[in-house]
Amino acid sequence: MSRARVLIRPKEGILDPQGKAVERALPALGFEGVEHVRVGRMVELEADDPARLAELCEKLLANPLIEDYEIQTL
Amino acid sequence: MKWGVLQFPGSCDERDALNACEVSGAQARLVWHESRDLDGLDGVVVPGGFSYGDYLRAGAIARFSPAMEAVAELAAGGGPVLGICNGFQVLCEAGLLPGALLRNVELRFICRQVDLLGAGSSSPYLEGIAPGERLSIPAKHGEGRYYAPEETLDGLEATGQIAFRYATGHNSNGSVRDVAGVTNKAGNVLGLMPHPEHAVDPLTGSTDGRRIFEAMARFAA
Repeated sequence: MSRARVLIRPKEGILDPQGKAVERALPALGFEGVEHVRVGRMVELEADDPARLAELCEKLLANPLIEDYEIQTL
Repeated sequence: MKWGVLQFPGSCDERDALNACEVSGAQARLVWHESRDLDGLDGVVVPGGFSYGDYLRAGAIARFSPAMEAVAELAAGGGPVLGICNGFQVLCEAGLLPGALLRNVELRFICRQVDLLGAGSSSPYLEGIAPGERLSIPAKHGEGRYYAPEETLDGLEATGQIAFRYATGHNSNGSVRDVAGVTNKAGNVLGLMPHPEHAVDPLTGSTDGRRIFEAMARFAA
């Protein structure tokens, strides 16, 4: 079994209202100078065959039309 | 005309969809998500709700259900498929319709009556709904912002696959080019975010939803 972490984020150019909402909230809490906030998902898993992770991401974990994914083997 | 209405764990509009099929002059029965049996059915409604809890992404898990395999076969054979709200999300995730549905631009769940305009669809199933015809239909969703890349949208407009747009002032989820509903290329698969099945009785303010069920049933018959 190998452990992996998959990071999924909205594609560049797709409006991410969650990221915008976080960004707008920060100055009110005294955190100035933070921008380009993007909110995504993280999936941790253990796989027998890590070579198949990309296929798994394409078919289920991410929607390639709207999301990018990044696989990190741990 | 006999419709099947899919029922996933988390569906919540299947009863209204059954009723809408029936008051529009067709017959209908429920199809459990684990069943591949569409015997005797001419078309399928994929109803609204929160199939499989909307886990991962709305519609992402439901698309792998046995019932959806059967729906893909029915669609490939030219049978009518109507996806409403969560059903629209499922059909997009399944690749039966172009595009995707994203979180509403204001991040709020929207529940309000909206006006849709017939967008000049080329689908034979929507014959009788004229370009610019106005339909008053309720919308209720948190993830209804239609998205497709610009070149895809240009293609959909060129082929007449945009079925409905939100009227000016009614696109509260931020959908690109005011798109409220699209069809596949053949025109037999239609998805839209607002709920025509909730607009079939004068008691609830509008019967415009019947127009969509009637148009699809008329062509299928």
